[in-house]
Amino acid sequence: MRLSEKDYLYFSKFFPKFQCIICAMKILIIEDEQDLRDAIEISLKREKYMVETAANFQTAYEKIAVYEYDCILLDIMLPDGSGMDLLKEIQKSDKVENVIIISAKDSLDDKLEGLELGADDYLTKPFHIAELNARIKAVLRRKKLDGKNTIEIANIVLDLGERQLFVDEELIPLNRKEFDILNYFLLNKNRLVTRTALAEHVWGDNIDQADNFDFIYYQIKNLRKKLQSAGAQMGLQAVYGVGYKMIEV
Amino acid sequence: MKLLNQSLVYLSICILIIVSIWSVVFYNNMLEEVYDSVDDGLDNYKYLIIKKSKTDSTVFEKSAFNESNYAIREISPQEASKVEDTYKDTLMYMQSEEDLEPVRELTTVFQNGSKYYELRVISSIVEEDDQIENMFWAILWLYFILIISIVIINNIVLQRLWKPFYKLLFQLKTFRIDKNSKMPDIKTSTKEFVELKNATNTLIKHTLEAYSNQKQFIENAAHELQTPLAIANNKLELLIEKNDLSQNNAEDIGEILQIVQRLTKLNKSLLLLSKIENKQFFDNIDLAINEVVQRCLEDLEEFAQFKAIEITVDEPDSIFVEIDPTLADILISNLLKNAVFHNKPEGKVTINISKNVLSICNTSPSDKLDEQKVFKRFYKNTGEQKHTGLGLAIVQAICNLYDFKLSYHFADQHCFEIQFAED
Repeated sequence: MRLSEKDYLYFSKFFPKFQCIICAMKILIIEDEQDLRDAIEISLKREKYMVETAANFQTAYEKIAVYEYDCILLDIMLPDGSGMDLLKEIQKSDKVENVIIISAKDSLDDKLEGLELGADDYLTKPFHIAELNARIKAVLRRKKLDGKNTIEIANIVLDLGERQLFVDEELIPLNRKEFDILNYFLLNKNRLVTRTALAEHVWGDNIDQADNFDFIYYQIKNLRKKLQSAGAQMGLQAVYGVGYKMIEV
Repeated sequence: MKLLNQSLVYLSICILIIVSIWSVVFYNNMLEEVYDSVDDGLDNYKYLIIKKSKTDSTVFEKSAFNESNYAIREISPQEASKVEDTYKDTLMYMQSEEDLEPVRELTTVFQNGSKYYELRVISSIVEEDDQIENMFWAILWLYFILIISIVIINNIVLQRLWKPFYKLLFQLKTFRIDKNSKMPDIKTSTKEFVELKNATNTLIKHTLEAYSNQKQFIENAAHELQTPLAIANNKLELLIEKNDLSQNNAEDIGEILQIVQRLTKLNKSLLLLSKIENKQFFDNIDLAINEVVQRCLEDLEEFAQFKAIEITVDEPDSIFVEIDPTLADILISNLLKNAVFHNKPEGKVTINISKNVLSICNTSPSDKLDEQKVFKRFYKNTGEQKHTGLGLAIVQAICNLYDFKLSYHFADQHCFEIQFAED
């Protein structure tokens, strides 16, 4: 029996220390670059996922055929084959699996082809770990929680559809950027989010970014104030002047 | 100076020399012939007179020319022995012309019985100065008629012959290496022009190859850097996340992380730039620029509020452009972000959308930027290290791709203007 994330959340409400082993999400990393594969693996293990890796097309092909995964991170350019072919294989099998393509090629054609073949997201290298986390969580949520588009952590409920924040069922007004930032932090709970990752997430990618860290700092200050005064059980902690972490308080 | 006119200068000089020499030679020959004929006439006349003198003694009474063409006087035998037949040019007063005119005179001696006589016979001859003048004008006319004919022939014939050359020249002038220009082509059977065409085509092919290799290199290099950058970035992020670092170490790593991230940003911008230049974006749709501006402004709203920047949009017209939506977003958001990020607190951004022209002005406190360099890669105004210096280069590349005219001018405010192509 496997538990869904929803059930896991339900259990953890009653048993805060409850560590779900059997219900952990299974993720397969298909990436030929060992260093990158290791880094992603370490990061995902911190998120309590069960992680398996494949360094080439053949291994990946076998693993996909035998096992079932909740999410597959797929590099398009593999030494012995194309990730696109793997994607076709995945779609042929009846398993419901989420695929996020990670590619060094920021090509619109590849992106479109990947998404058409059934990939759920497309992430261009290099990416921030926080961004990968957020994408994985978003993808998992989209498929597992049938239509329910909210993030619920502690006494916080973030409605992604209406873009509203509730603390203890009380509506806390946020501006657009504050909402994006909070959403990003909630997807990266207990993880470091660097200011650059945050700035990129908030402002998008294609910019010659003037240093808007001041602005980020200002938004975080406001967000903190709002969370504190609303009595939220989550707070933002500065990490060595590099970034922030959302933790329970 | 056109080749046509240059050859004309040489030709006219040469013709002038040839015609001058020819006219001198011709004149002398002609004169010689005239003298020869006159002298023969005089000689014949002399014999006739001498013959007549044998029968008619009245001949000896003609001591002056008067109405006839000869004069006779008696001379001593000593004198006669010194005289030989001589021809000479001399002048004589002509009643009809009331002037001295040149005449040819033959002086000879003959014997009649025991007496010696000197006989002078004259004949009127051409006036040399008149002749020269006439000749001069004739030559001058000939010369001018020759030159004019050459000019006309040159213009008609040579221009027709050179037509393929000018056609090729025009095509070369309009050839742009960064656009998909067609190879210059001319239809001609002239060997020189065919060779010229082949040579230019070979040159262009080599240049195009080098150009695309260079572009390819930049793109490949940027691509190859993506993975190592991803590794460095992610490893540092993981390292800093560990809780066993001292504050100092963590801060150092934080700084390195930021440098890696700046490198990443730079690499991404370069990649984007080379992708634009390689025309890898071409999903053009009809797009309302006004809407793109509104959307980008919404995105910047909070930041503008934070810096208390007042943004005014004046849009008397709508602009519709065939453009790739991703590129349109990058184009306009880069310009707007530029205007907002570089602005001073409580500054102003003025956006004007009029017919075919989008202008974005800001009150940044920096001095006038260098118009020549502002859109060049890695141009930085005031040593700002945090910028890649590629934002405006990207804007320029997009404008080049779509033939939009991008300009910068400064009058109290920094204004960037895009003139979209006419429909």
